Amino acid sequence: MTTRAARPSIPQPSGGAAGDALDPAVRRGLYETMVLSRTYEEAILREYHADKGPGFDIGKGLIPGEMHLSAGQEPVAAGICAHLTTDDAVTATHRPHHFAVAHGVDLRRMTAEIFGREGGLGRGRGGHMHLFDPATHFSCSGIIAEGYPPALGQAFAFHRQGTDRIAVAVTGEGAANQGAFHESLNLAARWRLPVVFVVEDNDWGISVARTASTAVDSNADRAVAYGIPGERIEGNEVEAVHDAARRAVARARAGEGPSLIEVHTLRLWGHFEGDAQGYRFDLEEAPSHDPLPRYEARLREAGVLDDTAVEQIRSAASERVEDAIAFAMSSPVPDPASATSYVFA
Amino acid sequence: MTTTHAPASPATHSRRLTTSKAMVEAIAFEMERDPSVFYLGEDVGSYGGIFGSTGGLLDRFGPDRVIDTPISESAFIGLGIGAAVEGMRPVVELMFADFMGVCLDQIYNHMAKIHFESGGNVRVPMVLTTAAGGGYSDGAQHSQCLWGTFAHLPGMKVVVPSGPADAKGLMTAAIRDDNPVVYMFHKGVMGLPWMAKNPRATDEVPADDYEIPIGSASVVREGTDVSVVTISLSVHHALDVAEELAGEIDVEVLDLRSLVPLDREAILSSVAKTRRLVVVDEDYRSFGMSGEVVATITDHDPGLLSRPVERVAVPDVPIPYAHDLEYAVLPRQDRIEAAVRRVVAG
Ligand SMILES: Cc1ncc(C[n+]2csc(CCOP(=O)(O)OP(=O)(O)O)c2C)c(N)n1
Repeated sequence: MTTRAARPSIPQPSGGAAGDALDPAVRRGLYETMVLSRTYEEAILREYHADKGPGFDIGKGLIPGEMHLSAGQEPVAAGICAHLTTDDAVTATHRPHHFAVAHGVDLRRMTAEIFGREGGLGRGRGGHMHLFDPATHFSCSGIIAEGYPPALGQAFAFHRQGTDRIAVAVTGEGAANQGAFHESLNLAARWRLPVVFVVEDNDWGISVARTASTAVDSNADRAVAYGIPGERIEGNEVEAVHDAARRAVARARAGEGPSLIEVHTLRLWGHFEGDAQGYRFDLEEAPSHDPLPRYEARLREAGVLDDTAVEQIRSAASERVEDAIAFAMSSPVPDPASATSYVFA
Repeated sequence: MTTTHAPASPATHSRRLTTSKAMVEAIAFEMERDPSVFYLGEDVGSYGGIFGSTGGLLDRFGPDRVIDTPISESAFIGLGIGAAVEGMRPVVELMFADFMGVCLDQIYNHMAKIHFESGGNVRVPMVLTTAAGGGYSDGAQHSQCLWGTFAHLPGMKVVVPSGPADAKGLMTAAIRDDNPVVYMFHKGVMGLPWMAKNPRATDEVPADDYEIPIGSASVVREGTDVSVVTISLSVHHALDVAEELAGEIDVEVLDLRSLVPLDREAILSSVAKTRRLVVVDEDYRSFGMSGEVVATITDHDPGLLSRPVERVAVPDVPIPYAHDLEYAVLPRQDRIEAAVRRVVAG
């Protein structure tokens, strides 16, 4: 088993104009990222439910607490992060795994954190909604929309430090109704901060449909209200995200200020694990919109992937994922005597 | 104003209900009785509240009175304030107490101060419900109690029931109160199907309409050796310890039931009897409930105490995610028992 790869092997984009067919290596890389993310979450799902019983006790098991999985939303993270290096910052949400995987957060230490182990990113103190990785400038927050403002500060620092590094800030469409979202757009626009705002519209904020909670059809309109480019991508399609992100990232790096990209994506599973989704009217059809088999079929058709390649990619992903799980399980449980550590530096 | 039982007359018909069902029963009764009562918050409609705070209400009262909001806490809590000022009786839910930060201005500068600033001319008869507490590895942003913070800020009552009958009577009182009331329910007392079963989270609840006056503590177990003064889920833990030690140490357990107003008389009379005090609080230790309870004694007569007080609280650290770390900082039975033994040993 390999120890760790710094980040998934995503070649840099070829830089073709919008609409150009992407380089096959880039396409394969996007697919690989999506597969790694899905494989990762399937494994987390398995471990999460392994010992919650009898019945379902959220506090029990190797992975206790709330668990928000991002299956179905992989195109957003893969498409955006393909343009980033680990010098760029990402602030993700309470549903952070796909962005963490795509941004190259160390899988072993992330998994150990989710398992609440001493070898985790936060030494077991943070948990799945609170992943902090200084090596990749990755963080996330369990409080809705509150990852947007710190991204401004990271972008501010990068700019002051004379670099072309950027910050990517992610929220869900539900979070776009929160004050922090609007304040951040305004301030970043006014100060031309190098930020890419990403909104993942999976149609649902827990049980509340976007159409029931949001006064506009598209959060791209809200970007326009703050004088910055806003683009909504309808299909949950990784190459469309990749294309939009290329423009937004280039603009930010060039010092031209922030942009917003909203992707109409899909929450394939429950809001959190244990969510029976009785409120959901699109549940029956959701699996047929899974973006992963769709993209795979497209790449097979284009001759980018064949059986062998798919098999290789899948088994490489599961090898990395199982290695991360094994690492997490072998990492020690934190010593209760250290429970009050790390309050102050 | 200390009561030893929920004020249910002996003739009252009662059933066993979970705390969440008892709470909902009170809300439904008030909505039935008073058309100006409505319930507002995130996922309170078809979901029925993430912690079961509104189960079945949408079906009974419809979407005009049980209203799902956008994730915009400042806006919808502020809306509750405005509606209350104009004569309605909103019950507004903040899904987790931990989220108070995003809407705190509406809470403590508006909801809590309007009555004062208007020289008593404007009332804000509103209930802000919110879930508190940890114990299931939900991490530092979803496991706090924070009732000490609400209680520290003047102008709102702060109610924290520990079980079903109290939850119902206190909710009824909260909705009928002409003041803003923050009604905090610990997830661990709600009797949720997806959390560790707490046997005391299901109990007898009178079927009739009754109020438990806000500001009246309850002696949930009489004892002579030591007073354990506490609130919410910690009441259950303290009772476990008291039962465990019965025959060896006679523990009195006082459930404060509200922090504002605080039933100081009940604290004083219990400690006057036992002369030993353990305060248990799932909130942070410093600058909070436990200090206030101790000050209640020392302000009145430090001589009441025969021994230094023991405080069992969260030791001023955010709630850790990992199970063993979380249990190390929460005031659970092991720590309560050790404190009781220490305070009695001297
Ligand atoms: C300030 C705040 N309010 C409410 C919540 C509870 N909550 C957690 S996730 C969520 C829904 C978020 O929806 P969205 O932003 O669309 O993201 P998604 O879950 O769909 O990825 C809510 C209401 C929270 N964590 N923080």
